[in-house]
Amino acid sequence: MASRSGKYTRDFAFEKATAFFASVVLFLAVLLFAVLLRESLPALRKFGASFLVTGTWDPVLERFGALPFLFGTVVSSFLALLIAVPLSVGAAIFINEFAPPWLKAPVSLLAELLAAIPSVIYGLWGIFVLVPILRDLFMKPVTKYLGWIPLFKGPVYGPSMLAAGVLLAIMIIPFILSVSREVLATVPQRQKEAVLSLGGTRWEMIRIVIGQHCLPGIFGATILGLGRALGETMAVTMVIGNRPEISASLFQQGYSMAAVIANEFAEAGGLQLSSLVLIGLLLMLVTLVVNLAAKGILSKMVARASRGI
Amino acid sequence: MRRISGILAGTAVALVLSLAVVNGATAADPLMINGAGATFPYPLYSKWFYEYSNANPGVKFNYQSIGSGGGIKQITAGTVNFGATDAPMTDEELKKTPGPIIHIPTALGAVVPVYNLDGAAEGLKLTPDVLAGIYLGKITRWNDPKIAELNKTVTMPNADIVVAHRSDGSGTTDIFTNYLTTVNTEWRAKVGRGKAVNWPIGIGGKGNEGVAGVVKQTPGAIGYVELAYAKQNRMKVASLRNREGHFVTPTLEATSAAAAGVAKSMPADFRVSLVDAPGKESWPISGLTWILVYKDQKDEARGKAMVQFLKWAIRDGQKMEAALDYAALPIAVVEKVDQALKRISFKGKSLY
Repeated sequence: MASRSGKYTRDFAFEKATAFFASVVLFLAVLLFAVLLRESLPALRKFGASFLVTGTWDPVLERFGALPFLFGTVVSSFLALLIAVPLSVGAAIFINEFAPPWLKAPVSLLAELLAAIPSVIYGLWGIFVLVPILRDLFMKPVTKYLGWIPLFKGPVYGPSMLAAGVLLAIMIIPFILSVSREVLATVPQRQKEAVLSLGGTRWEMIRIVIGQHCLPGIFGATILGLGRALGETMAVTMVIGNRPEISASLFQQGYSMAAVIANEFAEAGGLQLSSLVLIGLLLMLVTLVVNLAAKGILSKMVARASRGI
Repeated sequence: MRRISGILAGTAVALVLSLAVVNGATAADPLMINGAGATFPYPLYSKWFYEYSNANPGVKFNYQSIGSGGGIKQITAGTVNFGATDAPMTDEELKKTPGPIIHIPTALGAVVPVYNLDGAAEGLKLTPDVLAGIYLGKITRWNDPKIAELNKTVTMPNADIVVAHRSDGSGTTDIFTNYLTTVNTEWRAKVGRGKAVNWPIGIGGKGNEGVAGVVKQTPGAIGYVELAYAKQNRMKVASLRNREGHFVTPTLEATSAAAAGVAKSMPADFRVSLVDAPGKESWPISGLTWILVYKDQKDEARGKAMVQFLKWAIRDGQKMEAALDYAALPIAVVEKVDQALKRISFKGKSLY
């Protein structure tokens, strides 16, 4: 009996211990939020909601607004998705469905290796390799012939919103690629064979299988990539040009929320420091909103996908 | 069982031994002096601490190069024995400290315009107004008549000027914008001076290396970096017309000359700007870097060691500056600093 009650005590202790650990996580999140809120109060009081719609960032006159940074973070991240999603989903389909076995392992290994490179290395590579290539081989010719489109308006310097988007895309490809591959691998072989046996081509098989089965998973992979892109700091600040301005042209410089915090935090004081913390709080809210929205869409997609089968 | 007790006994012996070792170390432990602040003088200070500790094994230094703003915060909070900064403390900042602070100049730095221009050799000539015009976005092409007439021997290319500046808050930006504010009224009205400002145009690079990266990678770019950084990376530097109308190439001698130029009028607290300094040879975008110490030291031994170190730094230490691309303090300034060191005291008694 004694040993049995000892077992119960251990069970009880184990349950309480796990509950404690769970509450630590919760406590940390609340603490983080509370500290950000407290430190950003001076800026909140001074600027209020206008902080969200003001485009000035003047540390000398102490006038601060977050709009250019919000714009830069959102635009560079979505630009990255626009490039990375088709690329990585396409690559995932190729690796899983078409690639000869001897090619599968090296390609997926290299793709996953991309995820292990520190972001400052990406940034340096961006400055010395990606930006000059983009500038001379893409931006200059495009602005010469299509410069009348606001999206491609010059002058071309190199560091730009486009450079940030492309670099971010390269950084998030391994994440989207490897999750997409996992998702594609979950499709039952029999389902694929069923489509083929009904006279479907490979393309039809992939289209039906992905449409029916894999869309929620691929969407999830995309959100994972987006989360990484929104918070990326070092690589972005090294190629985006760090100019707090809103421009319709992808060839002009921008700035991101994470980048301005990293750049100015160390030497900031007073209202500038408080405004930087407020930007941090906003960044936290942006990621929270994106993740919640994604969860909502995902659960709807999952419901639809399971109804389809 | 026996084995376990054997292990325990062994551990106990080891523990006692290690405690003895630790105790022994404490007895001969050197006096540790903690400092924090500016990144600009960090290579110089590291060298100083190393050399000084070799000669005086009783003193060791621990310096965190967290930035000038951080150095001021730490010395204000009293968490370090000394702070270090490239921008002197403001009156407001001085009010927040628990006791009077003494600024000790230790070295001189210069900020230099660097550029990337095919065909144009070293020593592009610029005037204060042209430099301000470029950074205000009013002079946008290299063949602008205002630049061309200064550089008649060179054919200036018909190319865009790409302006680069620091994106991070820094003492380098403070000196550079202080210079533009001093020499150009439009800059003063529109932008002003600070560690970070609202730049009218340009691309931001993080750190000296970020600005240098933009300049090196972008044809037609102009930026500003510390003299030491430009020298070590062999970048093309512009010469600038100084207050007395001479075009000066940025060198360590020209930087020291700027300090010599203001030595006579240097205030007792050394919080002085060297930008646009008088003197024929003076490089106009120069600045001091300071160590911050409390006038009234709380710990006699540490205070004494600190003063002895500073006495050494402004004499023997100055000889190490040139090798690391810092400009040495001119003799006239060293003498004034020496007087200031005598004011550092413990309970009213000078530690000099």
